[in-house]
Amino acid sequence: MSVSAPDIAAKPARGFRPDLKTIGPLVALALLILLGITLNENFLSYNNITNVLARSSFIGIIAIGATFVITSGGLDLSVGSMAAVIAGVMIMVMNWLIPSFGIGWSVILAGMAAGILIGGAAGIGNGLMITRGRIEAFIVTLGTMGIFRSLVTFLADGGTLSLNFQVADVYRPVYYDGLLGIPYPILVFALVAIGGEIVMRRTSFGRHCAAIGSNEQVARYSSINVDNVRLITYILQGILVGVAVLLYVPRLGSASSTTGVLWELEAIAAVIIGGTTLKGGYGRVWGTVVGVVILGLIGNILNLQSFISPYLNGAFQGVIIILAVLLQRGGRRD
Amino acid sequence: MVDAQETSVAPILSAHRVSKSFGEIPVLFSIDFDVRPGEVHAIIGENGAGKSTLIKILSGIEQPTSGSIAFDGQTVELPPDGKAEAMGIVLIHQELNLAEHLTVADSIFLGRELKRFGFLDTGEMRRRARAVMETLHVSVDPDARINTLSVADKQMVEIAKAISRDARVLIMDEPTAVLSVSETQTLFEQIKRLTARGVAVVFISHKLDEIMELANRVTVLRDGQLIATVGTQALTPDSIAQMMVGRELSNLYPPKHEPNVDAPVVLRVRNLDAATVKNISFDLRKGEILGFAGLIGSGRTAVAEAVVGLAQKSAGEVTLNGEPVNFTRVAQSVDAGVAYMTKDRKGKGLLLNMGLRPNLTLLTLKNHLRAGFLDTSSEDRALERAVRRFDIRARDASVAVGRLSGGNQQKLMLGKTMESDPDIIIMDEPTRGIDVGTKQQIYHIIAALAAEGKAVIVISSELQEVIGLSHRVVVMRTGRIAGVLEGAEITEEEIMRYAAGIKQSGHDERISA
Repeated sequence: MSVSAPDIAAKPARGFRPDLKTIGPLVALALLILLGITLNENFLSYNNITNVLARSSFIGIIAIGATFVITSGGLDLSVGSMAAVIAGVMIMVMNWLIPSFGIGWSVILAGMAAGILIGGAAGIGNGLMITRGRIEAFIVTLGTMGIFRSLVTFLADGGTLSLNFQVADVYRPVYYDGLLGIPYPILVFALVAIGGEIVMRRTSFGRHCAAIGSNEQVARYSSINVDNVRLITYILQGILVGVAVLLYVPRLGSASSTTGVLWELEAIAAVIIGGTTLKGGYGRVWGTVVGVVILGLIGNILNLQSFISPYLNGAFQGVIIILAVLLQRGGRRD
Repeated sequence: MVDAQETSVAPILSAHRVSKSFGEIPVLFSIDFDVRPGEVHAIIGENGAGKSTLIKILSGIEQPTSGSIAFDGQTVELPPDGKAEAMGIVLIHQELNLAEHLTVADSIFLGRELKRFGFLDTGEMRRRARAVMETLHVSVDPDARINTLSVADKQMVEIAKAISRDARVLIMDEPTAVLSVSETQTLFEQIKRLTARGVAVVFISHKLDEIMELANRVTVLRDGQLIATVGTQALTPDSIAQMMVGRELSNLYPPKHEPNVDAPVVLRVRNLDAATVKNISFDLRKGEILGFAGLIGSGRTAVAEAVVGLAQKSAGEVTLNGEPVNFTRVAQSVDAGVAYMTKDRKGKGLLLNMGLRPNLTLLTLKNHLRAGFLDTSSEDRALERAVRRFDIRARDASVAVGRLSGGNQQKLMLGKTMESDPDIIIMDEPTRGIDVGTKQQIYHIIAALAAEGKAVIVISSELQEVIGLSHRVVVMRTGRIAGVLEGAEITEEEIMRYAAGIKQSGHDERISA
C-alpha cells in the first residue's frame, strides 16, 4: 500500500521489439517498389504510377469502408455486386434523363446522386438485417451479393448496359483528367483515406467501432449503442461503394454482369494486409491504403516483367494475404 | 472413510515443491500436496489464494514453473489440455465444460466414442450411459440435450463422464457453488460412493461446513503459500477460518462511517420484476453502502442490470431522487448519475486487447471531445488522474489491459466507472479474483465514496466483504429479496439463514428502514 502513482512508468520496457504488426505492410510495400525498380526502369515513371493508383482507387475507396465494417466485427461480401448494380442503375438513370435534361453535367450529377443514394440504401438494407434482424453479417451479405449480382444481370438483360456515348464523352474526364497532374480518382481516394483515418482515430465513432469489434458486450455495458454504430458502418460502406462507382463509370461507360466481380475479396484482402484484424477490434485506414497499393503493384509488376505469367496475379495476391495474416500473428504474442 | 487417514496408503497424485508464476507475478510458492486413494482432500483459501492454479497444475492444464508432480509414485509431466484424463485424472470445472447441443450420451463418450465397423455405435453408448447414470442413482435421460438440464444434472453428467473414464483422481472446483442444499447432499452421496470405490477426490470449496462434513484432510492456502495440511477431525470451522485469513479481519475493512439515518433516499425501487427476479423493493440512501448478499444465481446481478437499463423490466418502478425513471439503455442511467460496474471484467468490463486509455474513457468519450474530435491529451490527463487516484500499476499506458493483473484490471474498471462521476454506484463483485492488498485498497475506496456522499450498492458473494463494508444488507434468494439486515443482525449466520431459505422475512416492512 505504500506505492505511489508514478509507478506506472517506473518499470522499464523489456527491450524494444520492432512491431511487425505496425510496420509489416510498409516493409512489404518497400520491397515491392524495390523489386519493381529492379525489373523495369519505367516502374517509377509518372504514367505507370498514376495508372496503378488510379486503377486501385475504386477498390481503395471501397476498402476504406470495409475497414470500418471489419473493425467493428462485421463483414460485407456484397460490395462487388453492389458496385455493379449501382453502375447499372446510374447508367440507366442518366440515359433515361437525357430527354429531359439534355446532354451535359446536370444528367451526370443526377446520375451521381442516384449512385450515392442507392449505395446508402443498400447499406441500410444490409445493416438493418444484420442489426435489427440479428442475422449473421456473413449470411446477410452473401445473400445480398447474390441478389445484387442477379439484379444487374436482369437490368442488363444478360448483356451490357452502355451509357449514351455523348454523355460518356462529357463524363470521361472524371476518370482520365485530374488536378495538377494527379488524376481525380487518386485525389478522391486520398481525400477519403485522410477523412477515414481521422474518423477512425479521432472520433467517438471510430473508437466505438473498435470497441464493438473487440468485445460487443463490453461496448454495450459501456453505454455504446452497438446496433446504431454497426448500422452506420454498413451505410458508410454503401455510400463509399457509390463514390467508387462514380469514378468507375466514366472509365468504361458501361456495366454488365461481370462488373465488380471479386471486388469484395480484393477489398477485404487489402484491409487484412493493412493490419486490420479480421475478427474486429483493431483497424487502421492508412494500413488499408497500403494494402490496396500492394495488391495493385503486384499486378503491375507481373505485367512489367516477362519471367512469370501475369495470369498468376491472383496466386501472388493470395500468398501475400496469407503472409500478412501470418506476420500479424507473429507480431502479437498472445 | 476407511483407511484413507492411514499414512500407509501411498498417495496416488502428489505435488512436490510446486511453484507457479504468470509472467512476473508469482501465484504459488513451493506447495506440497498429495491425495490418497479413497480420500477426499479439500483445498480452501480466499479468492486469489492460488487454489485454482494448484488444481490446474494437478490436472496438467498448467505446467508448474518449478517443482514436480508424481502420479502412482512416478514423477510425471502431465500432458496439457485435459489429456491427463486418459491417465485417470479428471478435472470438473466450476463452469462445467459440456457442449450444450450434444446429448447426455454423446457428452459422456465425447472424444472416445464407441464404434462398430467404423461407425458410431449409438445404441451401445446410450445403454452404457444409462448404466452409468443408474450407478449414480440419477434419473437423467441419455438422449436429453445438455442445454435442457439443470446445473445440478449437468454436474452429474460430468461426474458420470469421469466415472465412465475410470477416473482415479477426481478434482472438483467449487462444485457446490451453484447447487441447492438438497442437490449438494446428492452430490456428496456420489462423492462418498466414489471414494468407497477407491477414487481420490480433490475438492475446492468456500463452505466450511461442507468441508467438515466431507473431507478427510484439508489444505489451507493463503496468498499462494501453503499454510497447513491437516486432518479434518483436528479442526473446527473457526480454526480453518483463522488459517485462511491469517490476520485480523478488522484491518482489512475501513472503519464503518455511520450513515445519516435522515439522509435522503436517492434510489427507490418498488416491486421490480425482470426476467429472473420478482417483486424487488429497496431503498438506497445518500452516503450509504448497501450490501447485496445471496448465493450465486440468486438474482442480484439481474436486479442491478434491470435498474440501469441493461435488462428489461417487466413491472415495477424506480425513482431517482424522487423522480420516476425508466432507463432502457445504459447511456441514460450514466447520464442520470447511476453507474453499474460489472462483475465480469474480462467479458463485459474491459477491452482486453486495448490499452489503458481507451478503456478508461470508453464510457465517457463525449467528455473528451473538442469540436467533435477526440482530444487524446484530455484522455491522457484523465488516465493520469485515475492512475493516481486508484493506484493502477502498469508497465506503460499502451500495454494491453488483458496483460495486467486482475487487481489492476479491477482498479482500471473502477476508474472507468468513476469517470462518469456517478452519484450512485452499483459494484458487482468488486473484488473477485484479486489479491488481498488490492482488496483492501478497493474497500477503502468504497468507504471513501460513501463518506463523500455517494450511495453505493455492493453485490458480493463473499460474506465477509458484505459484512465488513455494508451499513445494511439485502439478502436475495431465488430471484426474491429474502430479508434486509442491519446493525448487529449483519452476521454470517444470519445472512446464510436467509440466503439458504431457512429464514424469510414475512413482509417488506423493514425494507425502507
